[in-house]
Amino acid sequence: MLSIKNIHASIDGKQILKGLNLEIKPGEVHAIMGPNGSGKSTLASVLAGREEYEVTEGSVEFEGKNLLELSPEERAKEGLFLAFQYPVEIPGVSTTNFIKAALNEKRKYQGLEPLDAASFLKLLREKAALLELDKSLLSRSLNEGFSGGEKKRNEIFQMAVLDPKLTILDETDSGLDIDALRIVAKGVNTLHNADHSIIVITHYQRLLNYLQPDFVHVLMNGRIVKSGGKELALELEEKGYDFIKEELQESLTA
Amino acid sequence: MDTIRTEYLEERFKELQSAQTGSALQNWRSEGFKNFSKLGLPTLKNEEWKYTGISRLFTKDYTIPSKKDNVIDRETVDKAAIPGASGMEHLVFVNGKFNKDLSSFQSNDGFEICSLEEAFNGKYHEDAEAYFNKSSLFIKDGIHALNSSFMNESVFIKIRKNYHATKPFYFDHIFDTTSNHLLASPRILVVIEENANVQMIGSYYTHGSMDSFSNEVMEIVVKENARLEYYKIQNDTPNGSHTGTTHIRQVGKSYVHTVNISLNGGMIRNNTDIIMEEQANEAHMYGLYFLKGNTHVDNHTLVDNTKPHCFSNELYKGIIDEHATGVFSGKIYVRPDAQKINAYQSNKNILLSDTGTINTKPQLEIYADDVKCSHGCTVGRLDDEALYYLRARGINKDLAKSMLLKAFAEEIVMQIKIEPLKEYVEVQISDRLQLAD
Repeated sequence: MLSIKNIHASIDGKQILKGLNLEIKPGEVHAIMGPNGSGKSTLASVLAGREEYEVTEGSVEFEGKNLLELSPEERAKEGLFLAFQYPVEIPGVSTTNFIKAALNEKRKYQGLEPLDAASFLKLLREKAALLELDKSLLSRSLNEGFSGGEKKRNEIFQMAVLDPKLTILDETDSGLDIDALRIVAKGVNTLHNADHSIIVITHYQRLLNYLQPDFVHVLMNGRIVKSGGKELALELEEKGYDFIKEELQESLTA
Repeated sequence: MDTIRTEYLEERFKELQSAQTGSALQNWRSEGFKNFSKLGLPTLKNEEWKYTGISRLFTKDYTIPSKKDNVIDRETVDKAAIPGASGMEHLVFVNGKFNKDLSSFQSNDGFEICSLEEAFNGKYHEDAEAYFNKSSLFIKDGIHALNSSFMNESVFIKIRKNYHATKPFYFDHIFDTTSNHLLASPRILVVIEENANVQMIGSYYTHGSMDSFSNEVMEIVVKENARLEYYKIQNDTPNGSHTGTTHIRQVGKSYVHTVNISLNGGMIRNNTDIIMEEQANEAHMYGLYFLKGNTHVDNHTLVDNTKPHCFSNELYKGIIDEHATGVFSGKIYVRPDAQKINAYQSNKNILLSDTGTINTKPQLEIYADDVKCSHGCTVGRLDDEALYYLRARGINKDLAKSMLLKAFAEEIVMQIKIEPLKEYVEVQISDRLQLAD
């Protein structure tokens, strides 16, 4: 469903991604790990269509479409969802109105009528319960004054309502206490299915204990330098990234 | 270039005076015209008029009808009025003059409405002498003097002690420009007695295709433990220009809340002055100017702290599109005796076009040493982070922008505490932003 080929991307003239390749099939969970500055969040931004990033080479195909030609909103409506590392606070826009607008835009794109008020509220309540999100948050301004955990749960809540085909979790586990982590993971697992693929960008093993990735990739210096099963994450947790650097060094000198 | 003409005004002034022989306002008008002749129209060299070239409005001749005119019918009044007017004390002013026939209000023991002349000549003599025209001590320019020169069928309103008005007082200004350019000079004096509680609204509507220039002076006196909310709503046609002074004196410890919404019009200047003359006064001032076309809105505010322990909070927000211009000049005075006051001021602007203009000038003049004051202003574009966040959820760029602008405006709109008025403003803003609700 997602095919990233030899992607090169830069911001402000600085090259961050330097030939990244990744293939994701429907329903797969891929973890992307890597040290700070390796390009993890850049990958998320490039996929979501953040305009500050320039793709200088390579291609991304999503469900048979050239993703790079689509605007951020078109990508979202095609079924791509980015759970932000730092969800933005938007005073004056209520969470409910925001999600309603997002959902109706997507439905319009799919040629569907806007959801009627009753069905919409039912959907909202159901998904809020899944994320154990206090109903009062829904009428408040989007993310404004939300705790770190509430913001991250709100991201997964939005994912639940919008029902994407591909979700990118950009360090969703950062800043979460263990209870919030459990709730987020439960939410993701409930919504993960054979048609819903997930990219988990993370520094740590702990979210992966819950999410069980099919593949783990190590991103370094703008490229995926090592891929493996979930045991790779455990190895990284134990040894740090140095052992990969050493391996790379050896392969270069061999 | 068209030349600026004011000479003909002398003739108009004489006409008015001779039509109103014996009026208690004769001497006031004479003094006004003397001042106008001396001061002339403000130019850009006048610091207070640096960004608003008001003399541009005087390249045409204005008619100044001296007699009561019955040119406006009921239908036009209904069209001009804001929604919910039927539930208000609806005071209609035609061409600057109070029109009792078109007005509808229910007199009761709580308030009285009469002409300024009646106030001077009758039982409100003391109020009139004490409070009338004191704004001229603060606004010393030819525009204020011009209002004094041509005020006619002006109104005095007394809100009596302990009266809690259940209906807002709505000053509905209609200008008839079907056959001539019009200069109107509405003049209103309101005295709110002790413990009274009142909401007031002003709106402006130009009926006709010629130009109107309304030059209003409204003086409001707020006494001990009284509460005033004043809403000024500007949604006129591009040929409707306006200057207005709202001069509020808090002569007793009291509470004042003002909201000024400017959406459409020609050249507009609002002076909102709050003079805190007693200890522990409290005032909240809000403004929203959401402009397009060639509309020019200049908000000048003054909070004059003359006594200790006063509190004021001021927030004005602007959205400027197309060729529009927004000006904000906010002055906070803290007099030497006004210790332990808190005064906050903020002006935030979003510029949507390359051809729009914003000038913002916060000014603090502090002569006391134990005070808390702050001011700040911003001019920017929409927040890119917020825009990206909305788009990343599938919301189209245009809709995302509209949602963010609505939210930006909402902080001011929510300060309108009269429900039908708030709804009206919300609908106007949603329409402008092409939002469904």
